[in-house]
Amino acid sequence: MSETKTLINNGLWSNNAALVQLLGLCPMLAVTGTVVNALGLGLATMVVLVGSNLAVSLIRNYVSDAIRLPAFVMIIASFTTCAELLMQAYTFELYQVLGIFIPLIVTNCTILGRADAFARKNPVIPSIIDGVFMSLGFLAVLLILGALRELIGQGTLFTNMHLIFGESARQWEWQVFKDYPDFLFAVLPPGAFVGLGLLIALKNSIDDRLEQAKARNTEAVKAGGKRVRVTGNIS
Amino acid sequence: MMTLSSPHTTGSNTVSRLMLTLCAALIPGLLALIVFFSWGYLINAILATVTALAVEALILKIRKRPVLFFLKDGSALVTALLLACALPPLAPWWLIVLGTTLAILFGKHLFGGLGQNPFNPAMVAYALLLVSLPLLMTTRWAAVDQSADFGQTVTIIFQGGQTVLDGLTGATPLDDYKQSISRLTAEDVLVNPIYQTIGAVGWTPVNLAFLLGGLVLLGLRIITWHIPVSLLGSLALLSILIGSDADAFVPLSLHLLSGSTMLAAFFIATDPVSAATSNRGKLIYGAGIGALIYIIRTWGNYPDATAFAVLLMNFAAPLIDHYTRPRVYGHKAAVKGYKNEQD
Repeated sequence: MSETKTLINNGLWSNNAALVQLLGLCPMLAVTGTVVNALGLGLATMVVLVGSNLAVSLIRNYVSDAIRLPAFVMIIASFTTCAELLMQAYTFELYQVLGIFIPLIVTNCTILGRADAFARKNPVIPSIIDGVFMSLGFLAVLLILGALRELIGQGTLFTNMHLIFGESARQWEWQVFKDYPDFLFAVLPPGAFVGLGLLIALKNSIDDRLEQAKARNTEAVKAGGKRVRVTGNIS
Repeated sequence: MMTLSSPHTTGSNTVSRLMLTLCAALIPGLLALIVFFSWGYLINAILATVTALAVEALILKIRKRPVLFFLKDGSALVTALLLACALPPLAPWWLIVLGTTLAILFGKHLFGGLGQNPFNPAMVAYALLLVSLPLLMTTRWAAVDQSADFGQTVTIIFQGGQTVLDGLTGATPLDDYKQSISRLTAEDVLVNPIYQTIGAVGWTPVNLAFLLGGLVLLGLRIITWHIPVSLLGSLALLSILIGSDADAFVPLSLHLLSGSTMLAAFFIATDPVSAATSNRGKLIYGAGIGALIYIIRTWGNYPDATAFAVLLMNFAAPLIDHYTRPRVYGHKAAVKGYKNEQD
């Protein structure tokens, strides 16, 4: 795999921020009650992550190791403030809904983690690619979890999308079940824990299957070709 | 010649005998619920049993475990019957099906199946439903004086007909007493026909029936006395110490003979998988549940507290087990806490 492909695969699947690294859990569990909240937080995180990866990569040769973490946190905090101001300007209602979790993006370990583990050691272009796909992977999990919780909790999908996409998106709301009694467990935080657990289990089981399929496809060692293990099963 | 190792006399204490006896012991209580309250409990029991067995079989199949072997152990049946006794009798059918599915799937198999579950599966489902659907879980109780016949009950459960009965009652005696006592005296509260001299109409015989089933279990040594006695003891003690004033607190007779007290004490708290194991541990575990039941009933928002009390003590069971490890015969008592190597 080329380097870019590895970065894409890492961000979206094999090193997914939410499902594998389990970073940034606090905002993820707290605000994924609906699709629109998840999307809002995911996009804000994306802006910050891409921006901080870019900036950290640019200054990587000028900041000494001893003070790198304070410097990174300053950068991340600046980008978070930018995202916050942008949301105040353009999606004020959503900003109010998400509340404290927008400023708290500063403490999202995914962002500091990528800055320290990747952007600090790599040139600008790969750092940006890494930032984009890491945050896309995070966003995807947020969206799936948000959709799951909204569907089970309220029986709807895409409510209040006008908070992001303007008035015309108000009609996007899709009442999946008629007369649905709200299932509060999914709306409350414990539902997020269970939902995330199920998603992780699903990812692991898919990985298992892929691995088994791969093992089946690799050819068995030819008999007589060389000395092979003769006890146990050879598969 | 075939050589067998000892022990040569074996008991018949298999899991399936245990579970089936437990089910049999539940029957008096279940009958009392049906007689004094509603046919709904019978329908609940049937629905829950069918669902539990179906879900259990399906999951065992998915998990590639021997289906028939585990189906026959009857543990799914116990979970189903406990849930049927606990859920409101006139709730829509899907509530029971959903609850039983959650119990078997989330309460039991996600943790690894029978023997691995840290929480009582039936109580996991009950708490989940109570948190998720508070309205359905608290308003679909049948009143004693207004019992629907079998046909009407079926209509209510399967078609959601509010129309058949004039209304469905919400307040159980425990709830009613707690709500009313803040503005009335005990005498005025007890005028309400749901109360009788000891306990409450309907609930007292139901609890006595569960007590009877529990005593049978004790007699057969399926359960030991530790958990029920300490549970009822701590509940009664707190009720006497704190709530002896009937004009301010729910009286002792209602605590013991109303709600799900006896069901919890003999059938739910004694679940061997999720309870503490040693005898000393069981005493602490039972006393904890009794105290929590009293605390939640008196100062909490939920009218009956057994599910939360049992789940909270399930959390504590491993810790209790750690600190109440019995001394192995011939060995010194286990060292508590950190000890320096040189000592």
